[in-house]
Amino acid sequence: MVDHEELARPWTLPPDDPRLQPYAKNPARAEKVIAACFIFAILCLAAFGASYWQAASERVMGGFLAVGLFALGFGIAAWGKYLTPRGPFEEPRHILHGTQLEQEAFQAAVVERAEVVIGRRPFLIKLLAMAGGITAVVMAFPLLRSLGPLPGKSLFHTPWRKGSRVVTASGRAITVDDLEVGGILTVFPEQAPGSAVAQTLLIRVATEPIVTQPGRETWGPAGYLAFSKVCTHAGCPVTLYEEQFQQLLCPCHQSLFDIYDGAVPVFGPAPRPLPQLPLMVDDQGYLRAQADYDQPIGPGFWERTTT
Amino acid sequence: MSTQAAQGPTRPQSRTRPARKDRKGSAVDRSLNWIDDRLGVSKAGRTFMDKIFPDHWSFMLGEIALYSFVVLVATGIFLTLYYIPSSKEVIYHGSYLPLKGRKMSEAYLSTVNLSLKVRFGLVMRQAHHWAADVFVGAIAVHMCRVFFTGAFRRPRELNWAVGVTLLTLAIVNGFIGYSLPGDLISGTGLRIMFSIILSIPLIGTYLAFFLFGGNYPGNGIIIPRLFIIHVLIVPAIIAALIGAHLFLLVRQKHTQFAGPGRREDNVVGSPMWPNFMLKTTGFQAMVAAVLLGLGAFAQINPIWQFGPYVPYKVSYAVQPDWYMAWLDGALRIMPSWEFAGFGHTIPLEVTLPAVVLPGLTFGLFYAWPFLEARFTGDYLPHHILDRPRDRPRRTGLGAGILAFYFVLFGASSTDVLANYLHVSLNAVLWSFRVLVFVVPVIVGFLAYEISKELAALPDSGKRKRAMIVERTPQGEYLAEPAEPRPGDGTEELEPEPVPVHMPVAELVGSGSLGDETGTEAGPAGVRQVER
Repeated sequence: MVDHEELARPWTLPPDDPRLQPYAKNPARAEKVIAACFIFAILCLAAFGASYWQAASERVMGGFLAVGLFALGFGIAAWGKYLTPRGPFEEPRHILHGTQLEQEAFQAAVVERAEVVIGRRPFLIKLLAMAGGITAVVMAFPLLRSLGPLPGKSLFHTPWRKGSRVVTASGRAITVDDLEVGGILTVFPEQAPGSAVAQTLLIRVATEPIVTQPGRETWGPAGYLAFSKVCTHAGCPVTLYEEQFQQLLCPCHQSLFDIYDGAVPVFGPAPRPLPQLPLMVDDQGYLRAQADYDQPIGPGFWERTTT
Repeated sequence: MSTQAAQGPTRPQSRTRPARKDRKGSAVDRSLNWIDDRLGVSKAGRTFMDKIFPDHWSFMLGEIALYSFVVLVATGIFLTLYYIPSSKEVIYHGSYLPLKGRKMSEAYLSTVNLSLKVRFGLVMRQAHHWAADVFVGAIAVHMCRVFFTGAFRRPRELNWAVGVTLLTLAIVNGFIGYSLPGDLISGTGLRIMFSIILSIPLIGTYLAFFLFGGNYPGNGIIIPRLFIIHVLIVPAIIAALIGAHLFLLVRQKHTQFAGPGRREDNVVGSPMWPNFMLKTTGFQAMVAAVLLGLGAFAQINPIWQFGPYVPYKVSYAVQPDWYMAWLDGALRIMPSWEFAGFGHTIPLEVTLPAVVLPGLTFGLFYAWPFLEARFTGDYLPHHILDRPRDRPRRTGLGAGILAFYFVLFGASSTDVLANYLHVSLNAVLWSFRVLVFVVPVIVGFLAYEISKELAALPDSGKRKRAMIVERTPQGEYLAEPAEPRPGDGTEELEPEPVPVHMPVAELVGSGSLGDETGTEAGPAGVRQVER
């Protein structure tokens, strides 16, 4: 609060006090420069209007507006800097905290009243705490639970089923002759083309069956290998195929997976191999899944059990 | 007590509207009286007009942040008029040929249209994006200024905490903002965000499913949800916190650097009106101009080139906006240390860099004022700022911490660097794994030593008058001090309170500014005081 006495004093400095001189050495010149800024700004802003009306390019419109605004702002700021009293002026810094008496009175008001009204009723306090607690808990239902479904087991399986035909994003079924050796394709189960969860990389590395790991003897018929495309690190699609090294690279954080070794990570932050999809070739030559992935695909999560 | 005095003896309390000729003063005078009659603002208003702003270029950094926010709101409102927050699949039939016939989300379609079809839309969208980048940047640099000058010390710990919260919200809203267009890069960012939330032990799966409305990519609800968070919830909190930030600043008054006439118990500088208001209004226009200029000439996030988001596609060199890059870098250089056991998995390779690291970072920021007070034992209020060199330990620690985040920032470009420098990705990755520990130590140590040496120099940091060196025909060198600069003289003056009227001596009577600061202002000022 302002001290009234201080305010009532018709406080002034003699007009020739150096603090009241404009900051500029030559105010008349400063005024001319500022005027020039304003005139330039008016022209540019008018040009912005005209260019908008004439549907000029975005650069022309934006350029006129930006330059005009800058000249305007520069003029105003220069006015505030060069044509105002240079000072220095000061104001006192009042002590923020109250006197000891005021502090004690405030503390008394808060604490003693609470002591009288609240502190003496411990039973009510307990009930109030319970009411508050239950409010917080039950409010979590509409505020949180309604937002989405419970995870359940949905992270543990994908749309791939036993016998799912392997199709492209547009739904075209893949036959065993569709890829050359060194070919790569993003594929889906026929039930869910385009699925973010079921996206799978189909790579043909040879013409004869390929075994990547013990126990996966039948998974790679006719040189076809299929790995989940969802990176086990942060879930990006593992898109880049380096045929020379038979490696897959995730472009987000550069995890590298060795295809022949069952897509185990050989570099980068990915902790686990890309799960491999067991493939088979049916009588008509179509590629099909033997089963869903044998483990959850994608990044790790709390409920994921050790494999 | 002062209320009575302020109402004063002479103010007429007439029941009838005074005739026009009896009404005194200019229209502005009468408007001010009208407001004062109803709100009682004249006393506080006068104090506010006299509020002193210390002059230092570094006090302008927070203003850049504030004015970027203003530009963000203004351009953002424009964008909401065209953007459609919907994941509904539509087909593009517009005039941009490479996308013709492509399936895309309505969000992406509307963003492409507002960029390519709406007149002035592209400038507005790009200015919005640039403003977000500058907003976070200005906050970060402003925070460094506050840190290295010790402006967070008592009594300003609370305002420091408000500032840290603002930085957090600015980063969060920036990330959400560039996730909205539904282009290939933003979709990939959302996928990573889902994985990060998923990595939180115990509750992560539930949080991710609730936020996205199911397993990734969810049931299409994420875009509308992010939209309302981006345009209403977070901006409202930011606006409220900016209000609190500025209220605390006015309440506690500015800090200032040491200098002639500057003491712990005063503030020295130029007054709010007209000096500061003119300067800051001009500065707002200049910040807006620079951001619009960037929007007009510097292409940013050309989403029509990236294509719509498709979950099984990704582009090469995926990188977030700069203020998320430290997290991305941390994700890249983290070793693959997944914890698996007891029937559970904790993906530490994601949890540590993307959940624990930001938690520790902002926790440290919040705690710093209290930690420092505890370690130095300095619990006194401070209004005169430190020069960084005078606090070598703080400066060294701060520089080291900054260096840590700079290295992480660099680590978000491992693939680009490997390509550019023609070295293996492996070499780049391992370099960063080493550098992230080594560089902060070296930088911190150097900053500490340099600060100590500078602080020991006599007269260090004083503004030195330039010397003009002349060489005589005989080959002698003569050095003479240059002419004093306009500001030099004022530093010798003891500051005075802001006078009731401030005629600018040389301009009185010149006609140009006389109306405002000369003859009219005198009587008006006196009358205000007499009442």
